[in-house]
Amino acid sequence: MVDLPEKKVGIISCSGEACVEGTISRVATRLVLEKLRTEKTVTICLPLFLAGGKEERAFAKCYPTITVDGCDKLCAKIATERYSGKPASSIVVTDLNGNKNCSTTGPKRKLDDQAMGLAEKVAERIAQEVDEVLNHWK
Amino acid sequence: MKTTMQRKVIVIPCSGIGKALGSISREATYEVVESLRKGVTETTCLALITSGDEETLQLVKTNKCITVDGCPLQCAQKNVKLVDGELAASFRVVDTLKENRRLKPKSVTFLDRDGQELASLLAKQVAEKVDELLKE
Repeated sequence: MVDLPEKKVGIISCSGEACVEGTISRVATRLVLEKLRTEKTVTICLPLFLAGGKEERAFAKCYPTITVDGCDKLCAKIATERYSGKPASSIVVTDLNGNKNCSTTGPKRKLDDQAMGLAEKVAERIAQEVDEVLNHWK
Repeated sequence: MKTTMQRKVIVIPCSGIGKALGSISREATYEVVESLRKGVTETTCLALITSGDEETLQLVKTNKCITVDGCPLQCAQKNVKLVDGELAASFRVVDTLKENRRLKPKSVTFLDRDGQELASLLAKQVAEKVDELLKE
């Protein structure tokens, strides 16, 4: 019997350095990778779409992807669509915290309790989307 | 439109998400722009360059840029070059790690003590380069 590779979901975070929500998207993605859906998820550095080779650009063709953006500039979603493939799902942190704009001032280096709480909420949402995507695959 | 002082240096980390090296590049950058050279430096989202945001492309084309990459793939440097940004200097965490082999950073999400120390060492190197660029 052919040994097919395990189905996994690729999570691509914007990691935006200039706003708090970028750090939140990054931490939320890591929480999913390390704790919530360890065996079911993989990731790639977003800038590799431009800086990498064919393998990186084929990422979304090999894996269904969920993009996680800090703000409505949607860098992760736009770059994934442009260079790799259409994401299965897209999450925007500012949609979940009710803020229209991202916060350029605030705890970008070390999330405070409030921001960490939001990161956990975003991580839970990503985990739900991972389950949805995998269920659709079956 | 975002305005930037003429003599500001833009420090751009790779923020790689798969290894501790990316987190160290990010932390070193924050240490420079928020503490060591606050006011004369700023950072921007590398993802905005990757996605082709016009305002950000203008920022990196009209200001001197220092890229801080985690690994030899050098995503930050390559992205800045690809959009014709004014690349003035490049740093790699792996090089600082080679100079400080006693340090063994492991944690990715939140840096451990070795990761923090490496970030601080790298930040000092970047800050010195900022001073050089501002004198030019």
